Amino acid sequence: MTTIEHTRKGTEHRIQGNPRIFTYVVLILCCCYFLLPVWWLIIASTKTNSGLFNGIHGSMWFDSTNAFWDNLKQLGTYQDGIYWRWFANTLLYALVGGFGATAISVMAGYGFAKYRFRGKTLYFNIILGALMIPATALVIPTFLLMSDINLTDTYWAVLLPVLLNPFGVYLMRIYCSQSLPDEMLEAARVDGSGEFRTFFQVALPIMTPAITTVFLLSIVGAWNNFFLPSVVLTNPNLFPITVGLSQWQARSTAGSAAEQIWNLLTSGAFISVIPMVLAFIFLQRYWVGGLATGSVKA
Amino acid sequence: MSHRSTQSKPKRRIGKDNLWGWIFTGPFAVIFILFLVIPLVYAFYMSLFTYTQISGTYFSGFANYIRVVKDSVFATGLLRVILYTAVMVPIQLGLALGLALLLDSFKKKFASFSRVVIFLPYAIPAVIGALMWGFMYSKLMGPFTTLFSLFGLQAPDFLSAGGIFGSLVNVVTWQWTGYYMIILYSALQSIPSELYESARIDGANEAKIALHIKVPMVSGSMIMCTIFSLIGTLQFFTEPTILRNQAPTVIPAEYTPNMYAQALAFGYNQTNYSATVSFSLGLIVVIFSIIFMRLTRRSNGLGD
Repeated sequence: MTTIEHTRKGTEHRIQGNPRIFTYVVLILCCCYFLLPVWWLIIASTKTNSGLFNGIHGSMWFDSTNAFWDNLKQLGTYQDGIYWRWFANTLLYALVGGFGATAISVMAGYGFAKYRFRGKTLYFNIILGALMIPATALVIPTFLLMSDINLTDTYWAVLLPVLLNPFGVYLMRIYCSQSLPDEMLEAARVDGSGEFRTFFQVALPIMTPAITTVFLLSIVGAWNNFFLPSVVLTNPNLFPITVGLSQWQARSTAGSAAEQIWNLLTSGAFISVIPMVLAFIFLQRYWVGGLATGSVKA
Repeated sequence: MSHRSTQSKPKRRIGKDNLWGWIFTGPFAVIFILFLVIPLVYAFYMSLFTYTQISGTYFSGFANYIRVVKDSVFATGLLRVILYTAVMVPIQLGLALGLALLLDSFKKKFASFSRVVIFLPYAIPAVIGALMWGFMYSKLMGPFTTLFSLFGLQAPDFLSAGGIFGSLVNVVTWQWTGYYMIILYSALQSIPSELYESARIDGANEAKIALHIKVPMVSGSMIMCTIFSLIGTLQFFTEPTILRNQAPTVIPAEYTPNMYAQALAFGYNQTNYSATVSFSLGLIVVIFSIIFMRLTRRSNGLGD
């Protein structure tokens, strides 16, 4: 906002002067703020349990010894290496859940954009209304329902609810109506292509950017999932990393000295964020473009 | 869109369209019914019953809802999240809009680097984000004790009764500002630059362009972000749950309505009442969103 104040004073040329320094200062401060905890985590993951409290260079710099590989080894043996089991579970929930949610949203978005069917307007309005229903308001009801049909404490208890992604449907519908010409589908039909073949061979290739976006967003949603799994799961073998680490945290704070595993907590947290952070950095153009699709139309 | 396209098609296609439309949208309908409609209906059904050890489960009508209205724990939690919403939503959105405008007009390499950095927290699970800040807030493990002592000051107690509100606001701001910034930034990028050109020819400076062209053009996205932020904050759960591990006396188990619902279901074994609390919270969030959309309808055309 303050840049505006600055530029108001100057002409076009002055904009290159002071405000530019101001912009740099603001952005550098922002970068520091947003990177601060990440930097702390990187440092902390290389420390021993005691080093976390009395490392000789303080909490924002490496200790004299690097314990990262030891921490990694300890993660592999502590409670029979349950951390890696959590890691695998998270991958399973995120990839399978994300794939399923994407497939269902892509089909639905295409159906809404390209077919005129009975009840469509009402159906779509209900979906738009559902966007307003808070996801966590459904957690306790879902849990109550699942415990009645003995579905709690199974992989399905986490995987199935993840499949619901109304925002994905909304995004795909907008993308299909904007980027997929009817003439193209019509031409394929005239050539004798069936509806499914048209969908798979003509529509899907064009929808790839939007599909990638919805897939990424679904994966992030599933990867970050915490409330639902923490409610429907009690068996540690089924936990995703988020639930597992929060239990380790609770135990380290409340438990005896032997149960304090701060170093495992920090190194475990560090390792768990690497895949998502890398995915976001390398797939930048997809999420930037995809979020724009949703917002411009709204 | 589809309306226009189907008009040109021959009539016999309509029956086929009907069938294939439902084939493609059917799987979603199944999931939607199984994991949204049925849980909601079931929660509502359960909320109409009460369980006591003496008389078992019996139909109690709206008694549970009367209890919710009179429940001071629920009211406190609700007021608390409303307060959080009133503070957090403007901070996040103001910061996100300011940064988006800055990055939109500043086309340097450093700008794209900052964009990624600011967005980075979105890729980090809220649990891990809250864990990290919890460590940072800790007197023993965090940097602030050292940092403040450099200036001869004592670090504030982030996890005390007085500090926890600001501490939680900070965690959420850190986690979500980048996400809203990216949405607004994308919207700014999609404004045709000819608009600016003609404004400049008319003598408008950058400030006027930002205020009178850019901000109104992204108001639709602003509204969308506000609704997301509103919904998210009213159902506050993850961050206080994680920080509670470190400050159990400062953050009670019933700190927010969602935490209360969970505590009721597990700690107190009151599933019927827990369903009532969940259902009531969902209803309140929907009402808030609708009120907000009504209020802003005229200025953005979202409601049409």
